[in-house]
Order: sequence, then C-alpha cells, then structure tokens
Amino acid sequence: MNTFKDILSTKVPAEKFVDVIGGSYDASKEGVTPDQIAAMKLQLSLEKADKPVILVGMGTCGLANGAQAVYDMFKQELKKYEIDADLIKVGCVGFCAEEVIVDVKVPGFPRISYKRVTPDNVDTIIERTIINKEPVIQKALGKYADADPSIWPDIPMLSEIPFFKLQQKVVLDNCGVIDPENIDQYLARGGYGALSSVLKEKSPLDVIEDTKKAGLRGRGGGGFLAGRKWEFAYNQDNEQKYLICNADEGDPGAFMDRAVLEGDPHKVVEGMAIAAYAIGASKGYIYCRAEYPLAIERLEKTIASATAYGLLGKNILNSGFTFELKIKKGAGAFVCGEETALIHSIEGKRGMPRPRPPFPAVSGLFGKPTIINNVETFSNVPVIFSKGADWYSSIGTDSSKGTKVFALSGKVVNTGLVEVPMGTTIREVVFDCGGGIADGKNFKAVQIGGPSGGALPEQFLDTKIDYENLKDIGAMMGSGGLVVMDESTCMVDLAKYFMTFITSESCGKCIPCREGTKRLLEILERITKSYREEETEIDSLMRFQGMLYLERLADVIKDTSLCGLGQTAANPVISTLRYFRDEYEAHLYDRTCPSKACRQMLTYTVDEEKCIGCTLCAQRCPVNCISGERKEVHVIDQDACTHCGQCELNCRFDAIIAQ
Amino acid sequence: MPENMIAMLQDVQGVYGYLPEDDIIRVAKHLGVPTSRVYGVATFYNQFRLTPLGKHVIRVCRGTACHVKGSLDILNILETELGISAGETTKDLKFTIETVACIGACSIAPVIVIDDKYYGGLTSKSVYKLIKEYQKKD
Repeated sequence: MNTFKDILSTKVPAEKFVDVIGGSYDASKEGVTPDQIAAMKLQLSLEKADKPVILVGMGTCGLANGAQAVYDMFKQELKKYEIDADLIKVGCVGFCAEEVIVDVKVPGFPRISYKRVTPDNVDTIIERTIINKEPVIQKALGKYADADPSIWPDIPMLSEIPFFKLQQKVVLDNCGVIDPENIDQYLARGGYGALSSVLKEKSPLDVIEDTKKAGLRGRGGGGFLAGRKWEFAYNQDNEQKYLICNADEGDPGAFMDRAVLEGDPHKVVEGMAIAAYAIGASKGYIYCRAEYPLAIERLEKTIASATAYGLLGKNILNSGFTFELKIKKGAGAFVCGEETALIHSIEGKRGMPRPRPPFPAVSGLFGKPTIINNVETFSNVPVIFSKGADWYSSIGTDSSKGTKVFALSGKVVNTGLVEVPMGTTIREVVFDCGGGIADGKNFKAVQIGGPSGGALPEQFLDTKIDYENLKDIGAMMGSGGLVVMDESTCMVDLAKYFMTFITSESCGKCIPCREGTKRLLEILERITKSYREEETEIDSLMRFQGMLYLERLADVIKDTSLCGLGQTAANPVISTLRYFRDEYEAHLYDRTCPSKACRQMLTYTVDEEKCIGCTLCAQRCPVNCISGERKEVHVIDQDACTHCGQCELNCRFDAIIAQ
Repeated sequence: MPENMIAMLQDVQGVYGYLPEDDIIRVAKHLGVPTSRVYGVATFYNQFRLTPLGKHVIRVCRGTACHVKGSLDILNILETELGISAGETTKDLKFTIETVACIGACSIAPVIVIDDKYYGGLTSKSVYKLIKEYQKKD
C-alpha cells in the first residue's frame, strides 16, 4: 500500500502531511485535488479499499491462540491463489475469548469478522469470502457498518451482538480495527488532528481548562482530575519539565493498557504530546513493563514513525513546541505503579516510594516538575480535543466522566476488554457483556481494582460504576481489572492469594507494609490449616488470636503505610471479611472450606464404586501415596497425602472424593 | 550515567540469560557506583536473576484471573513433573520454572509462557501433554 508520504512527497512539503490529512492545508495549489486526498483517506481507513484486505488479530491474546500460524497460512494461500490482497496485523479488538479473530474486507462488501479461526479455516475463508464474495456463516462473529447493511443479512452487525452492544468505544475505537504499526491508517481516521489543532489554536492554559472541563480523571487508580494535576506542573517555573506515561501495568488481572499499546499506540503518543504541550515538558518517558515485549516493540516503531512525520521531536508541526519521547523498560515491580517509586526506577534506582510532599508535579524526575498519568488517561486526551470537552463530559455520571475500559476475566463466558460509559452497572458488564458465569455455575463475587480493590458480592451488582460509588462499597476503580468469581472460588483463599502477592511485592521501606502484611498472611495461613498440620495446642489458640487481631491489624496497615500500595494492601482482607464473614467462620470454627478450594483442609478418598483401577491417579501423585493394582480399587495413604488435589484433577471417572 | 543502570542490566541479562557476578562488578565500575548498589537494584526487581537459566524457561502466570482458574495446580504439575520448585533450574540445565505476577493475558487464563511462546486456557491434562512435548525436544 502506498503511504501518504509516497503519494504526496513530490508535491507537498514534508511537514505539511498531517495538515493535508487534517484538512487545514490546501493541497490543491500543489496539484493534489481534494478528491484524491479523500480517496486516499477512505482507502487507508479501510472503508473503501480497492483490493481485499485481511486483518489478523495479533495482540498477545491472539498470538497465544495461534494467530501467527493463521497469518502464515493466509500468506501462503494468497500466494497459491494468486490473489492481490493486503494482509495486515492488527491489535486486539477486545473479544479475547473468540480469538483468533480475522477480519476480511472485500471491496463493496461489509467488513466481516471471523472468530476462532484456525489455519484449517483459511482456505474456506479465501475461497468463500474473497473469491465467491459470500460469508462463512458458522465462523462469522459479525459485520461492520461500512457497507449496505442489506448485504449478507444472515450476519449480525458487530455492534449489535451482546458483547459489544453496551460498549462505547472511545479509547479502544481503533484497537483491532487499524494496523497499529501504520501511522497513515491512524492519520486517516483523524489521528493527530487533535494535536495539530491544539498546537495551532490553543494556549497551554486552554488545554488545561478544557481537560478540566471535560472532567477527565486519572484512570490509573486514584482518579485525580488530570487537568488539575497538569495545572500544578504548569505553574512551576522551571525550564525542564518531564512527562511520564505509566505503562507498568503490574496489577494482576488487568491488561487494558497492554491492549491499547499493542492495538493503538499512536493514540497514547498523541495524548502525551498534548499533555506535554500543556505543562511545558520537552521530554517524556513511557515506562513500560518488560513483560510486554510486543507493546515495547510497537511503541518503538510508533515513536520512530511519528518522529519521521514531524509529530514528535523538535519543532513539532512548525509550532516551536519540542517533545522528545523515550521508552524505559520496567523490570518487574508492582510498587513502581506508585509515582515516586516509578520516578526512582527511571532514575536507575530501586523502585521505592518516598513521602509526599513534595509532589512529583513540583519535584519529580531528577528533581524537576514531573507529571505521571497512565496509558488509558493519555488515550482519552485526543478525543477531548477532537470532539470537544462538552461532548466528552456528556458521557458518564456527575462525578465521573467518559468511559472506562475493564479487563473482564475469571469465570465469565466472554473474557476480554469492555469499554463502557461510566454509570454502567456491574451487572451489565458481567452478565450482558460478559455473558454470565461459565460452566453453569453461580456468581459469587467480582474483584474490582486488583490487589488494592475489593471483592463485591451479588448485592452490589446493580451499583453504577464510578469512582465514588465503588469507593463507598469498599472497592475501587483501580486500573480496571474485573475478575469474576463463581461458587468454586474461596474468598479466604483469594485474600490469602492477594496477601502473598503483596508480601512479595512490598518494597520493604516502611514497617507497617513490610511486617504487617506478612503477619496478615500468617493469620490467613493459620485459618486455612487443618488439624493434622498442627502440632501443639498453642497452634489452635493462635488461629483464634489471629482472627481477633485481623481487623485491627488491617486498619493499622491502612493508616500508617507510606505509599498507596501499603495503604490499600489490606483492602482484599477487609472487603472479604466484610462481605464473606461466614466463609472465614467456616474455616475457623468448622475447619472446612465451603468452596473446596483450600486443599489443605480437604481429605481425599477413593470412591470404591466408581474407581475402575486405571492407575492414572497413582501415576500422577507427586508423593506416591496412592497404591492399587491395575483394574482394582485404589487406596490413598492419608498420612503421606500432601493434599495437592492432583488425583482429583486427573481422575476421568470422578472417583476421587474431596471433603 | 547511573540512570541507565536498569537498562544495562537488562541488556546483560539479554545476552547471558542471567546476571553473572563479574558483570555486576563491571557495570558498577563503568557507572562509578558501589557494587552494592547495582546488587541492590538487581535483587529488587523480579526480572533479574543471579543464576543461569535452563534451555527452556517456563513462566507461570500467577495473576488473579489465572489464580481463580487454577494456575496453582498448573504450577504444581510442572514442579512435580520436572522435580524442581519455582525459581529453580533442572540439573541438566534444560528447564527453569519461574512465576510471574501477571503477564497480562488474563482473558485466556490460566497461561504459561515457554520460551516467549504463550499457551493459554490450560487444563491439567493439556499441561502434561505440553511438558511431555518439550521433554522430547532437546
């Protein structure tokens, strides 16, 4: 595909490309007709391509499901059929449960999405859709609205299927739709138009005012007004200021930033450039975790192409504004999501937080004023300036504006990314977008906000999602991880899981967090022990003593920790204790785990009627405590059993009873 | 410039798969900082390792979504089959098991990554099959 640059380079000066596409530069005097530009835009935005286009979803989720093999197969088959078509790698459209998703656009026909494509399907898709121009109905997910909707009436509109119906895509609108590595496609869909108009028409103060008016709040957790934060840095008189994008998505259970970085990296860069202009920063960093190699690779390409187009670097679009962007790879530390810890990490030190004030907006990276926002916050910025602050603030609730992307995972049918307006209820997200609980089980709880958030039971399903509402009921927005749990998840085990995570991620600087979380974990471990692991009566008494201190200890950690990690560390314990006290009591008094998840409390025996003597459990037992001859009922040696549950997992005849 | 320390360590690990003692000392000399500071950074971040890696590195995701979908069982199976615990390497230097806080592929939980290849939606059965496949490879 020819790029804008190829087509225009002989006629239009390089620094004007963006203006030509944005419509603010009249290219007609250079001999380019508006029609030609419009045609180019249409073609690049894939709405009117002149040859078939195949887009393979190749985000991490797609790749894990075998997208590379599908891509290779398409390449090979297209060659075999001698079809002239564009084969493009795109990011994730959000419907991870149905990956590998492949979109096919044949000129004159709607763009159609195919789900769960395997290399075996490639031949059929090429033959039926590209050659015969008809859909493969059993593989179709839906079609886009880019052609006459009466074509292919059997295929539902993509926007009408339940997963997408309630969604409003502001941040994710390009993800999975355009080639993330092709800046022209981003430009063709109006990209960098916001930056270009801001640089031309607005002063930094206007930008700050508009962002405040739009009501954009930080999407990383706290929910501080982005515009007000920028104002602090703007008011600092310092010749060097820094802007940092926090892409260190350490929150287990969240992956929206990864999807944006992989699917639409230019949007993040554009948002950063606008924010940098507002605060007067000439240097920026994207602090991205090393666990996201694909995101880092795409960001590098993004920065290179934006710099080549004069959209980053010195004197951007001839406005005199300079902004240079660098990537810093994080090295894996959850605490680096905290602003001051992140700054230390970029400075090459251990990522430990420091007391605030001074806030980073006053004295941050290398002692200079620094603003840190996360990926999703920056991704919201361009749309505020392309569609207007009023449009943006019309979405959402009174206190929380815009949309929020949630990473829906756990025991739901449709896992993936959903972007819904603020004010949508949790029930709508879990049951309408998510399609309810998988395997016909019952809903138990949903964990919102990762290790800093809380687990909410069924009674709060109708809560409208916004920053304040979630805080009121003991959870928090966090970065937007939404892990759904069914009746087989034990809430004490979940609290234990989070405490294990926090104790290994605590940086060790302040005592409440370092020692307190360790003690919390010990208490939880004692509660989930069975009789046989206790050697003395003191052990049994310690269980009750721990339970008595649990709440008080959690409060002390919350009140006295230095940074956000410590202050919210006890939240999973507090919220599960608040809403699932009966489960704690069952563990404590009855020594049972109602969900049968705490394996240590279970006793495994063989059901003599069901066991056929296949010996599989004996082979899989890690401590060789199962004995029995072939075709005879097996026996578990209870003294040697370590309660790992492997026998139950592996038995094909449900012959292992866990009680 | 000390601010490049993390990037340098990442590059060193990129070459050797871990941080050899001599190289930690060399990095410290090059940056003009005490070795203890480089060691402090190297042991603070989860990414860095001070011991050599096996030929195949198995990273087991222990994120929330993976946890509720049974990643602990997956880890147990791998540990039993290979006879090592998380963080260790087999004696023949063939396999290393590591746990990761979250690799951001929650929608296809439980996930493990073997040599940068992602395997999602695992069950205890498919893990056995997978590990047997890798054991057959050299």
